[in-house]
Amino acid sequence: MKPSTSPADRAGRGRLLVIDEDGCLSHRVRADFPSFVERHDLVIANDASTIPASLPGIHLPTGAAIEVRLAGRDSLSSRRVTRFTAVLFGAGDYRTPTEHRPLPPAVREGDRLQLGPLHAVVTGLHGHPRLIELSFDGSPSKIWEGLARHGRPIQYAHVREPLAIWDTWTRIASQPVAFEPPSAGFLLTWRMIHDLRARGAHVATITHAAGISSTGDDRLDARLPFDEPYFIPRSTAALIQQTKRQGGRVIAIGTTVVRALEHAAEPHGRVKVGNGVATQRIGPQTSLRVVDAIVSGVHEPGSSHYELLRAFQTDDVLREMDEEAEAGGYLTHEFGDSIFMTKAAAPVAYRLAPDHRLAVTAAVGSGG
Amino acid sequence: MVNVGTGTLNEEPPELGTRNRELGTTAMEAYMTDHHCAGLRVAITGGTSGLGRALVRELIDRGADVAFVARHRDAVEQVARDTGAHGIVGDVSRKDDIHPIAIQILAALGGVDVLVNNASSLGPVPLVPLADTECEDFELALDTNVLGPFRLTKTLLGSLAASAREGRQPLIINISSDAAVTPYPNWGAYGASKAALQHLSRIWNAELNEEGIHVIAVDPGDMDTPMHALAIPEADPASLKRPADSAREIADLIASASAKATADRSMQRPTHDVEVEVAS
Repeated sequence: MKPSTSPADRAGRGRLLVIDEDGCLSHRVRADFPSFVERHDLVIANDASTIPASLPGIHLPTGAAIEVRLAGRDSLSSRRVTRFTAVLFGAGDYRTPTEHRPLPPAVREGDRLQLGPLHAVVTGLHGHPRLIELSFDGSPSKIWEGLARHGRPIQYAHVREPLAIWDTWTRIASQPVAFEPPSAGFLLTWRMIHDLRARGAHVATITHAAGISSTGDDRLDARLPFDEPYFIPRSTAALIQQTKRQGGRVIAIGTTVVRALEHAAEPHGRVKVGNGVATQRIGPQTSLRVVDAIVSGVHEPGSSHYELLRAFQTDDVLREMDEEAEAGGYLTHEFGDSIFMTKAAAPVAYRLAPDHRLAVTAAVGSGG
Repeated sequence: MVNVGTGTLNEEPPELGTRNRELGTTAMEAYMTDHHCAGLRVAITGGTSGLGRALVRELIDRGADVAFVARHRDAVEQVARDTGAHGIVGDVSRKDDIHPIAIQILAALGGVDVLVNNASSLGPVPLVPLADTECEDFELALDTNVLGPFRLTKTLLGSLAASAREGRQPLIINISSDAAVTPYPNWGAYGASKAALQHLSRIWNAELNEEGIHVIAVDPGDMDTPMHALAIPEADPASLKRPADSAREIADLIASASAKATADRSMQRPTHDVEVEVAS
């Protein structure tokens, strides 16, 4: 499939591939999304804004040029901004595809990094030459100033022109906790939010620290997504409960919303209010407890985003979706087209062939 | 003007501590209910001079968490030291500065309930007739007084809307001027830009009503500020309003909006139970 190559693609003219609860597909445009939303439905988006998390700099022990991409943090608190999980690249920038980027110099614990005005020390290694823990020097306000002024949005070679920060913020962007944009949210405009309300639906938010989508290294990518902290406001939890009571659907804008809500799920359609850290993987073995439908990008099979879609529909339907998206020239990646997928009417596990059912049961047993 | 205890807000305000001894307990309690800003997260542009600086001081004294923005690092650090507010270096007239400013505001405060777009440019200094106004000077006035507030508002809208959903009463205050209404000769760039800001405020307010965000333009009056001295060097400072007095009036506005939100919250939203009916 083809990637979108410019943030201009994210505007309202994007396309929307709709997969309904029976697995039937139809081709629409994004602006049609409200017409699929009904009275009492609840649309929930991730209002994280995107930190400019790409930091060019120098590995001081060797003097080598590096790029640090911040990729994870254990808290959403803006005061706890000293320690990050980060991915290191050698010389170069986003114009070289990540899989072709040179490795960084061999890094050891205690090595110092200079990243523009920011200074950091490597505090941990994770058994991979690109994956480190780092700790910034200075007060939280100095660290934020350094990130805000020196950082660039994390960017991949498929987008040719350098991104501006505003290209990576959704309309509803709030606390700066995401490392890459929660890009399904590019679909939402304030006018669309108004239209959704006019249809008798509600719109709410959670905040989830969306991590990086790719490192260019298969071994590392297999470890994605990292643990991601999230926050569920009281008002959102109340609306979820009300929606379930009234028979409405919970529609997640993006995989991060699914991950947060399902992690916070409690019995009877409740979700836990407040802070949590999503550690689970969502896939075909997952029984969705809160979310009924998802708006997402067009993802390549094998990615963690694609795996998550397998919790909503059978592999047969997903295969058909891939073929339709391919044939229809849908654009992938963060500024590409969208899908709107409703959970299969019957639980996904029952729709698999009998010989698959054993495998699913086993996966549930060991997956936790 | 609201009467408080034995004085009015044009006089020394009652301090939350013990300095103002003539206020009885009841008057003090009433004052605190109506005027405190504890827990409010306020962002102010142009926070190192004139009205902005007075407002930073006033809101900090009332218990708000305040972040302010200004261009010059030395002045920012000075005001931050003096008041305990979060200082951010940035220029709201520059498009590229807006997101770095917004990131630092959101990081410092953990969200925003009140945005005061106070930073202003006169345009040409000294003031000249429109016919003598350089385009670049007019552009600076528009960038600072219209586009800057527009961009910063748009960038912080997600956070302000989140504040509204949590039952706070987010408020955007755009500092205007009587020059926005009266066609004073020589005030063309400034007056036209403030008129635009005032109208922008009305349209924002109409559009954001359904998000629960209020937008108002406030004319603080002719004050004894460095900007006023640039515009009318010969003015007698004694004839001008003190910035602290205007700051107190604006802080009262903020406090009353916040008090209303608190009252609404306690009536409608039990905080211990998520089982609440949300109006559809």
